[in-house]
Amino acid sequence: MSKAEIMNGNELVSEAAIAAGCRFYSGYPITPSSEIPEHLSKRMPEVGGVFIQYEDEIASAMAAVGASYAGYKSMTASSGPGISLKQEAIGLACMMELPLVVVNVMRGGPSTGLPTRVSQADVMQARWGTHGDHMIIAVAPETLLETYTETIRAFNMAEKYRTPVYILTDAVLAHLNGRVELPDPSELEIIERTQPTVSPDEYNPYDVEKFGDIPPLPNAENFPKYKFHMTGLNKDKTGFPTVDVAAVEADEERMINKIMNNVKDIESFEYYKMDDADLVVFAYGTNAAAARVAIDEAREAGIKVGMFRPVTVWPFPEEQVAELGKTFNNMIVTEINLGQMLYEVERVTKGNVEISTVLQAAGVPIRPQQILDKIKEVS
Amino acid sequence: MATDYSKYLRMEKLPLYWCPGCGNGTVLKAMITAIDELGWNTEDIMMVSGIGCSSRATGYVDFHTIHTLHGRALPVATAIKMCHPGMHVITFSGDGDSTAIGGNHFIHACRRNIDLTVIIVDNWIYGMTGGQYSPLTPTGTKASTMPRGNIDPNFDIAELAKGAGATFVARGSVADPISLKNYIKKGLAHKGMSVIDALSNCHIQWGRRNKYGDPVKLVELIKEKTVTKTKAAKMTPEELEGKYILGILHEDKEKKEYTEAYKELVEKAQNE
Ligand SMILES: Cc1ncc(C[n+]2csc(CCOP(=O)(O)OP(=O)(O)O)c2C)c(N)n1
Ligand code: SF4
Ligand SMILES: [Mg+2]
Repeated sequence: MSKAEIMNGNELVSEAAIAAGCRFYSGYPITPSSEIPEHLSKRMPEVGGVFIQYEDEIASAMAAVGASYAGYKSMTASSGPGISLKQEAIGLACMMELPLVVVNVMRGGPSTGLPTRVSQADVMQARWGTHGDHMIIAVAPETLLETYTETIRAFNMAEKYRTPVYILTDAVLAHLNGRVELPDPSELEIIERTQPTVSPDEYNPYDVEKFGDIPPLPNAENFPKYKFHMTGLNKDKTGFPTVDVAAVEADEERMINKIMNNVKDIESFEYYKMDDADLVVFAYGTNAAAARVAIDEAREAGIKVGMFRPVTVWPFPEEQVAELGKTFNNMIVTEINLGQMLYEVERVTKGNVEISTVLQAAGVPIRPQQILDKIKEVS
Repeated sequence: MATDYSKYLRMEKLPLYWCPGCGNGTVLKAMITAIDELGWNTEDIMMVSGIGCSSRATGYVDFHTIHTLHGRALPVATAIKMCHPGMHVITFSGDGDSTAIGGNHFIHACRRNIDLTVIIVDNWIYGMTGGQYSPLTPTGTKASTMPRGNIDPNFDIAELAKGAGATFVARGSVADPISLKNYIKKGLAHKGMSVIDALSNCHIQWGRRNKYGDPVKLVELIKEKTVTKTKAAKMTPEELEGKYILGILHEDKEKKEYTEAYKELVEKAQNE
């Protein structure tokens, strides 16, 4: 049985986190994400979880990493500048291979930018914000319901692949209050990290020879029994630092491949009115809602246009977008920034398709009319 | 009874990565001896470090260990303590790690009075990165980024910790490892934020630049520059100039400990 609730996007992320089993939240307030810590400061103690407002974003991200190490599902949330401060910790989670969910209610920038306004200007920060070679998973929901379901999925992927996962929303989604039919908790698929079954003496969290590419990781209950070491230095399969060329190379590749080899499980996307389309719009997040309206109106005017919408934005849906490049002559890329995913679309379509853009980074949503005008121009 | 160190060390990880004669080993030994005297099980001990020579200690001890980022041991330790209030959580990091890049976390962890034992290996320098000056490099002495002598005034870690709200503050030194061990032991047993400023020798990065390249000479200098709390009480401010005061410098058993306060908050939320 599902139940209807009136909530905004920030509250939905918070409630979904609790439903997914998150019992540790650490953060530092920043607009437009502050309703997440406000909501969780009330809810976490009710469910016996931990809520801490730390002294800054660096501490809150590090705390979430520490809690994950200690067996807890953990989350931290912020926006633009705060996410910049969390980057070193996110890299540590990549290197230690710890599950972590990071919510970025994106806002414009650089710097303080437009604190209260809508933006999609952090999609590349999500991909490349922390230093060093690494892979990342990021999801960008379009609707309130999807904000809830993608948050659940973010936790599941974090646990399953022992990796940080971003949820990218924006001020529109964060502050939009709506009636949402939440799935019944008993119908949710909740994934837990795999538990070690070997004795503590035989366990280490990086023994890929013994356990495969994604070794088990103790949960909160098992954590006290299993002593192990973690470091941010490049490690070998014992989990201790190494500078051995072959060991480092193998480990760096494995950390990327544990995600890339499972892209089929991680990817999520939508084809909207694509069956007979001869023009395609590429859009994601709340901006896809504007594109949807534009497409519906264009169709009323007899233009056969459709949309490709990635929900998982990282890893980028290379295969699908490359195929669109081969199939279509024209593609419109629209995003609330000055062209970020555009680079990826250009990279994978390899010049096979004529790309037009509807880009804007002025703190206001892109209006359906702007997209409609572009559709009419290129069709 | 002599301590069996093999009970507490990952013997296969030895020898230590540190320069021969480095004070890190002395401080680590004092900590292990204190733990042995308390009779704690290694399963119940969590040790967190930042980045630096001293922070490498987490690799050698057979506890739950995590070697985090430069300056960030305390937020991680705080989180782990909140998740597992029954565990003994210790941090082991350098003076730079704890008071420069990690200074903000340090004062806030003290303010919360969370039950951690914070051991600061205070060797007056950034050892690992080649002898750049730290907030603890004595004014006037040389560092690789203060070739003409340090113009920066220093922190007094003990005063800082006390002012910020820590409830157990002690200073010891590698020149008197027995007292150091006793302070650490008291800090470990204390319920609340305990800070132990452990004066230590980096004869390589601080010493060599300041004519104390020999560890024995440097430990001798530390001995000369330190004075016990009892003796200090009888000295004039002039006599105390440039001296480090040793002992248990602050103890407060009244202030509420943070995991306790949080537990009460949870009970309140669940009984609303
Ligand atoms: C963010 C970041 N900045 C700088 C460094 C480089 N770094 C590593 S250790 C260190 C200083 C260590 O000094 P201290 O904390 O006193 O430890 P010691 O080596 O003396 O034990 C620095 C600056 C780093 N690892 N990370
Ligand atoms: S450089 Fe200094 S602190 Fe580092 S191991 Fe050598 S003596 Fe010890
Ligand atoms: Mg130092």
